[in-house]
Amino acid sequence: MTLQTVLLVAAALFAVGLYGAISQQVVVMVMMGLELMLNAVILAAGAFWWFLSPTPDGQVLLLVVITAMTVEMAMGFAVATLLHRSRQSDMTDMATDLSR
Amino acid sequence: MLDDVVFWVLAAVAVAAGIAVFRVDSMARATYALAVSFVAVGLALLLFDLPYLGVVVVLMMVMEMAIMAIYMIMFMGMNPALMPMSMVHGKRAALAVSSLTFGLLAAGALFVPWPSRRAAPAGDLVTSLGQAVMGSKMLVMMTVSAVLFATIVAALVLALPRGRYDRLGEDLQGDDLPGDDQEHRR
Repeated sequence: MTLQTVLLVAAALFAVGLYGAISQQVVVMVMMGLELMLNAVILAAGAFWWFLSPTPDGQVLLLVVITAMTVEMAMGFAVATLLHRSRQSDMTDMATDLSR
Repeated sequence: MLDDVVFWVLAAVAVAAGIAVFRVDSMARATYALAVSFVAVGLALLLFDLPYLGVVVVLMMVMEMAIMAIYMIMFMGMNPALMPMSMVHGKRAALAVSSLTFGLLAAGALFVPWPSRRAAPAGDLVTSLGQAVMGSKMLVMMTVSAVLFATIVAALVLALPRGRYDRLGEDLQGDDLPGDDQEHRR
């Protein structure tokens, strides 16, 4: 187990999550892709912390990443609920006007 | 040696479960697959002597996936485990972009000359994290607290069906305001 091998695994997880975030049509599935990408970030950050600088600062950074994941989930569910109520749909293709 | 074996098993499980999220034929199974991937990463964090964060990741993700499963049942109105689905768009482009991203990240991981470890880990890592959070990094955690509170408020505002002027129920929805009726004038 080296830094390189852990980063390779994290890269694979990130790429899988990116594929899901780009290709999926259901909002909840897109969120799953984003979660996988953040999962990879957590793994990579943990590896950086352990192999490069195992100080408390790195653990605090990991806590912030986990918080970002929580915020993403909460806001994603809230937007999904709003979309479902207003348009009776949970598909991203039905909400393309939100990006304008 | 044992750590290496455990790490590779966890890594294989994490990546395989991650791929399964977008390969299985129902959303419920996708949720379980994502939970397995997160649990594998949480356990891998334990190998890096990060017991607190590893346990937090596992507990948080198991709860999150349970909530996600409830959402799917809510939105789809049926048992998602029984409903095969494949709702994708731009599959080839997504595959190309993700493959390219993996290539770039893997090249970076393999060819960047990473420095060696600067310092030895502190004796009790959980205690040192607690002291950092309550000491030198308190500003970070206070900012995180404010962000989480703002998230709670914003999520509730978005998710609640009532708007700002619906706070008194049907009294404010019509043309007649409560102050205009006869009883109120008396």
